[in-house]
Amino acid sequence: MADSTTMRASYTLDSSLDSVNKIEQIGEQFATKAGFDEDTVPHIAMAVREAAVNAVLHGNSYDTNKHVVASFETTSDSLIIRISDQGPGLDPDKIPDPLAPENILRGSGRGIFLIKAFMDEVNFRQLHPGTELTLIKHRTPAQSGT
Amino acid sequence: MSMKVKTRQVDGITILDLSGRITLGEGSVTIRDAVRDVLAKGSNKILLNLGDISYIDSSGIGELVSAFTTVKNSGGELKLLNLTKKVHDLLQITKLYTVFDVKDDEATAISSFTK
Repeated sequence: MADSTTMRASYTLDSSLDSVNKIEQIGEQFATKAGFDEDTVPHIAMAVREAAVNAVLHGNSYDTNKHVVASFETTSDSLIIRISDQGPGLDPDKIPDPLAPENILRGSGRGIFLIKAFMDEVNFRQLHPGTELTLIKHRTPAQSGT
Repeated sequence: MSMKVKTRQVDGITILDLSGRITLGEGSVTIRDAVRDVLAKGSNKILLNLGDISYIDSSGIGELVSAFTTVKNSGGELKLLNLTKKVHDLLQITKLYTVFDVKDDEATAISSFTK
């Protein structure tokens, strides 16, 4: 079971939609290998995609000189994904609540909300410049093979 | 797989049959252009058939909301048809399910538009 309980990979990618798709696909592969069920894997993949979109679009603004770093780690009890950009920084306290009546019909602003909805823990770290999002989904004992 | 749109008319209602993914850079622009084209042709009663939408992200959700408000502001109606479980769940989580008029039967949806 060692292969399924400890895996790690890191990618440095350019600020493009292709990178978003690649990060999403890797996230889906890690979630599947970590043993999450068929309902949870797409949720994790979507959370990873939203974090990647946030980094490429809102962080780096598609700047070809800036990169996105995505790392994936499966431990005995969790799947941990870290995605960082080189943008101006993101203050999570200043993100409008997309469920508030005044925001419900906005055409954007739901990405971070969906990440939080689908993951067990979401942490923000300022990198000066940039932001690192850490997404954590806990594994059950059956998923971790213990 | 990128998004595809097929347009048809039934009893004065424009039905857009969408298939594929509605995501940033893939389907979101396509859906925006499709709704804009329908409005430009003078129709403002639009039924979005999402039965063959395999995936939608927050950008896609935002695009549905923008389409809804654009059509509403033009005095028209935009309704959703045949949500997959994934799309249904996303609209529930984002509290948009009650914002949209969602139908699961085309004939019922057609007859529900204001004549």
